[in-house]
Amino acid sequence: MADFFDINLLKAILRMATPLIFAAMGGLICERSGVMNIGLEGMMLTGAFVAVLGTYYLHNPWWGLLCALISGALVGLIHAFWSIGLRSDQIVTGTAINLLAAGITIFLCQRLWQQSGRSPQVETLPNVTSGVNVLVPIAFLLVPVVWYFLRTTKPGLRLMASGESPQAAESVGIAVDKLRYVAVMTSGMFAAAGGAYLSIGSLSLFTRDMTAGRGFIALAAVIFGNWMPIGTLGACLLFAGSQALQVQAQIKGIGISTDLLLALPYLLTLIALAGFVRNSRPPAGLGQHPTTH
Amino acid sequence: MVVQPEPQAPLAVEMAGIVKRFPGVVANDGIDLSVRRGEIHALLGENGAGKSTLMNILMGLYPPDSGEIRIDGVPARFHSPRDAVNAGLGMVHQHFMLISRFTVTENVILGNEGASFTLDRRAAERTVGETAERYGLRVDPKALIDELPVGMQQRVEILRVLYQQSRTLILDEPTALLTPQEVEDLYDILLQLKEAGHTVIFITHKLREVAAISDRVTVIRRGKTVGTRETRETTAEELAELMVGRDVRLHVDRPPSQPGDAVLQVFDLHLRGKGNRDVLDGLSLGVRRGEIVGVAGVEGNGQTELVECIAGLQKPDSGTIMIQGTETTGWNPIELREVGLSYIPEDRHHRGLVLPFSLTENMLLGNSTFAPFSSGGRIDYARTREIAAKEMAEFDVRAPGPETPAGSLSGGNQQKFIIARELFREPDVILAIQPTRGLDVGAIEFVHGQLVEERDKGRGVMLISFDLDEIFDLADRILIIYQGRIVGDFPSGKITRAECGLLMGGKTIEQEGEPIRV
Repeated sequence: MADFFDINLLKAILRMATPLIFAAMGGLICERSGVMNIGLEGMMLTGAFVAVLGTYYLHNPWWGLLCALISGALVGLIHAFWSIGLRSDQIVTGTAINLLAAGITIFLCQRLWQQSGRSPQVETLPNVTSGVNVLVPIAFLLVPVVWYFLRTTKPGLRLMASGESPQAAESVGIAVDKLRYVAVMTSGMFAAAGGAYLSIGSLSLFTRDMTAGRGFIALAAVIFGNWMPIGTLGACLLFAGSQALQVQAQIKGIGISTDLLLALPYLLTLIALAGFVRNSRPPAGLGQHPTTH
Repeated sequence: MVVQPEPQAPLAVEMAGIVKRFPGVVANDGIDLSVRRGEIHALLGENGAGKSTLMNILMGLYPPDSGEIRIDGVPARFHSPRDAVNAGLGMVHQHFMLISRFTVTENVILGNEGASFTLDRRAAERTVGETAERYGLRVDPKALIDELPVGMQQRVEILRVLYQQSRTLILDEPTALLTPQEVEDLYDILLQLKEAGHTVIFITHKLREVAAISDRVTVIRRGKTVGTRETRETTAEELAELMVGRDVRLHVDRPPSQPGDAVLQVFDLHLRGKGNRDVLDGLSLGVRRGEIVGVAGVEGNGQTELVECIAGLQKPDSGTIMIQGTETTGWNPIELREVGLSYIPEDRHHRGLVLPFSLTENMLLGNSTFAPFSSGGRIDYARTREIAAKEMAEFDVRAPGPETPAGSLSGGNQQKFIIARELFREPDVILAIQPTRGLDVGAIEFVHGQLVEERDKGRGVMLISFDLDEIFDLADRILIIYQGRIVGDFPSGKITRAECGLLMGGKTIEQEGEPIRV
């Protein structure tokens, strides 16, 4: 049994956790500002695609990453414009973003590369050590940064105030809508970084629907982690752990049905969402708008 | 020692000829207000008289159409609340603008965190603590708002205004949500602020508060100033007349009651609430035909649960409830209505009305299964509309028509409508809990008059109120509730306010040598 829990399993957990952490930190910033973001999945997928696109044309994965971040911010801007500017339903807007991203990436693969549902191979971002991409430590560093931002900075306090009570925040002169635009765009950037990790970090190409529900799992991690950075990190590690275990179990040939193992991360997500999160308390102003005079 | 401001003290706030029109209404129609530095100035008026609009103009939330504002004699023009705050004004809102998951300090500093990018929580907590101590506010800077009672939350709002260095405080209906004890504490705080040289503008529609705390009072009615008086030199009657524009009966005239058979009886009711606390602990009471039984008590002693058990909204753990001799324990609300129970709920927005629905649709609540509202399972909307319109006329519900959404009516008109609906089916028992909360003098007069009229028609009325004035004005019999039990039962006139207050606080009183227990 000792060789089951080896260094490779640890590395696998880190690898699996990375895209979740990026997307979850994005989701956390967005929801703490009071905007629901069910479009994380689409933002990740966009990031994954644009990272490859940028790398393909600019011949440098770092430029590809930058392109992905910009694309994430732009998708965030779409979500922000509809859900904050136009006050439309945030669930509907998020769902639209997911559908749009799924469709447009497949369409562009076909148009640009005449390949159905995949891109050509591109260069990847470097590894810091074997099997660990440079984005892995960056993801883990992001957690304390987000924590520090929320806990100790002025904009962090104002962001949380906007999420708890947009009316109260506005009454003390905080520009709630502006703050939320920035939060949603940041969330798009983070999610896109998670997507870029999948396409130009761990793989070297884009394939259709390659995020495979990780955006939703990240959202579940935010809820499971009670909208706190450290708790969310823990939830991401839990989900990643179950995925890594499943892979490890297949490699080592443990006698559990593969199908069951494959379903494990999603089952955990369901359980997390369905009420094992009794103590979890969303920001009180989630989905609300400040009153306008 | 209370400092009286000099009669010729300089003016802290002057508003002259303020006019503000909104589409379809003139909210302020030439209001004048002069507030001396260092005084507590009451701004008295009925709901909808234009008090809040005036203060929102003063706080820079919207500009006046015409008129002039001077602060300390200097003409001022505010474009945002920030400008008003910078000029030394601060507002304590009626509905607190607090974030419940934040600490006291976080709430106080929000929006005024200082120039630095990062927060120094420790320093902020110290400053907030010192400010609280200086004015006797006794709030823990590290406490979460969630964990504080309403009175404390209000102090946090006051603290925030003081933290902004405001010298003039505007309090919008500050007692609306407070218990009597918290109101006393608030008065103390306001007097301390006055002694420290602050100016206070106190918005209210309650005459008692004007008398209790203010130095001067300005009365406004329908957007116009109708007079300013020295509080010492005026009377409640004069102020009421100024405010309403006609003679008002401040006290209800009612002949002695002629009680008949018991219509509502409650025996030994027990209910366990959250945290295994006995919310109702063996409560018994009775209401007879032709009497108003007032249940006095401090909020949270089981009143809400008692009413909800009787009205079928909660099931008691044990005990018996009987209406007109029929046991109704555990019946559902519709069954209870069939045996003649009516319920005027505590929270008209939450329980009494569906706000986005029209008055016609609201008329159907609780009535939809009865003739003439429906027959054979089909609702007769045309008939319902007719009834709604007729009841609105009879109960003086001011609204454009029965198709108006309930949410667009003023609180007084909403309450009149609920009462119209609840009385329509000529009930035998009427449960009224806080029926005049948040209403202005005119509407209170109407509601009280209706309850007495129902009594005289031989109905049993159970009135639960946290307002002792209301109990003493209306009740033929006064019961005192404390920790889920009735701890006193007196015919009106046989107990004083002070004795009642003692019982409400859990003390016993000696009367004719015998401690009173039920």
